[in-house]
Amino acid sequence: MESVVNGTRAETARPAAPRAKRDWLRLALPCGVGLLFLLAWDLSVRFSGSDLFPKPMDVARAIVELIQHGLLVKYVVASLFRVSWGFALATAAGVPFGLVLGWYTRAAQAFNPLIQIFRPISPIAWIPVAILWFGVSDAAPIFLIFLASVFPITVSAMAAVRNMQPVYVRAAKNFGLSEWELFRQVIFRACLPQIITGLRIALGIAWLVVVAAEMIAVNSGLGYLIIDARNAGKRYDLVVAGMLMIGLIGLGLDMLVRKLENFDEVRWGYANRS
Amino acid sequence: MSAVSVRNLWMSFAGKSPVHVLEDVNAEVARGEFVCIVGPSGCGKSTLLNIIGGFLHGTSGEVLVEGEPVTGPDPRRIFVFQENGVFPWLNVRENIGFGLRRKKEAEKEGIVRHYTEMVGLTGFEAAYPAELSGGMRQRVEIARALAASPDIIYMDEPFGALDFITRLKMRADLVRIWEHERKTILFVTHDIEEAVQLADRVLIMSQRPATIREVIEVNLPRPRDLDSPGYLEKRDRIFAAMGMSLGVG
Repeated sequence: MESVVNGTRAETARPAAPRAKRDWLRLALPCGVGLLFLLAWDLSVRFSGSDLFPKPMDVARAIVELIQHGLLVKYVVASLFRVSWGFALATAAGVPFGLVLGWYTRAAQAFNPLIQIFRPISPIAWIPVAILWFGVSDAAPIFLIFLASVFPITVSAMAAVRNMQPVYVRAAKNFGLSEWELFRQVIFRACLPQIITGLRIALGIAWLVVVAAEMIAVNSGLGYLIIDARNAGKRYDLVVAGMLMIGLIGLGLDMLVRKLENFDEVRWGYANRS
Repeated sequence: MSAVSVRNLWMSFAGKSPVHVLEDVNAEVARGEFVCIVGPSGCGKSTLLNIIGGFLHGTSGEVLVEGEPVTGPDPRRIFVFQENGVFPWLNVRENIGFGLRRKKEAEKEGIVRHYTEMVGLTGFEAAYPAELSGGMRQRVEIARALAASPDIIYMDEPFGALDFITRLKMRADLVRIWEHERKTILFVTHDIEEAVQLADRVLIMSQRPATIREVIEVNLPRPRDLDSPGYLEKRDRIFAAMGMSLGVG
């Protein structure tokens, strides 16, 4: 049928955010700083005359050695496996729990004090408890990662509900949504951008914790590599190689979660970010 | 039977110093009628509309919609919000179809297409609200309300945040859509020109604690000529009525 409205197109849509300009300095500057860092590292080891601390090239050789023995992939996979499970369980528990706490004031009143007591306990402090309960197995670090990430995830989901624009809930109620539909279709969706930010923070913490947990509670993974290389023969080249891998994978994980922020369903929530 | 009847409605917000907002408000809105509520800002127009819409409850008195007391929001009467209640995580098509969750896909698609066209958003179905202008977002919300096929639409200063030119165009479009659909519309605004341009009747509220001070029948053919003597006379009468109410305070 014919439109009853004329000339609407005159109101133009706002253009999408401009794509980042191709800017060679953006790439050159961090590369330059990186090279300077490597140079300073190399020179300071040479001048100090240390025969334990490795130079950058020693670390590169150590990484090659790890790859040749098949240990690099094995340990990276072991660490990522533990983080994935612990983090997935924490997300599955923390997001719904946080949404409920944010929505039902009584639930928050009941649970929040306990959460606030548990939250400041470093996951590292739980290591002895984890070993007691789970022994030297994958379950111990998974439990620790769960503990480390479940609180930031819960708290960010709870805060997201509290900061939600009330108009969305009013509109949803107007359309006669059931409580479950309201949660799934409106509250969850409205909070998703902030939930993802919480997941990013939690994943960063989880990655810090897996390394610590592997130093004590298991005998594989990047944390184990570091402590084992030191104990088994002061192989500091392997220690630093392990550290470097931890840094690179941590960066990769963060970039992965950041990718989630680009979906249309959540991008609106980061409007003021470039 | 009236579409909406408000009888002896009183409203105070409790607190350390209770705020008396509405004082004995009485009003009737007929089926298919376009009624505007105007009044000085902060007088309680929005509060009144929110009570009629079921989002707030009056302290005493009663509100009947289609003869039944209002107990809460109801999908048969859709509210268009001042602050824009379009869901930013859904695109235009999904937003407009939001009230059609229980309809079959094919039927839903037809309804969504119809109202997308009516508000002039054809071609923007896949756009997200953040990519649209304020006026277009308000069009999405109006289309979402119409698509749900309500008996009544409540509009709470829906064009308040728009620039002047867009506001004029939105009013003209709303009149055309209303003539097409003949829904009962209850429209709150602080803009007298807007009220005269849109309404069959204008309810003028006093300052807080507010009551309906005067009711003015507009009775002018649509679309209304904003320079015609009839239009100017109605406008001036409302100005006078508002001025009187301001003078009392």
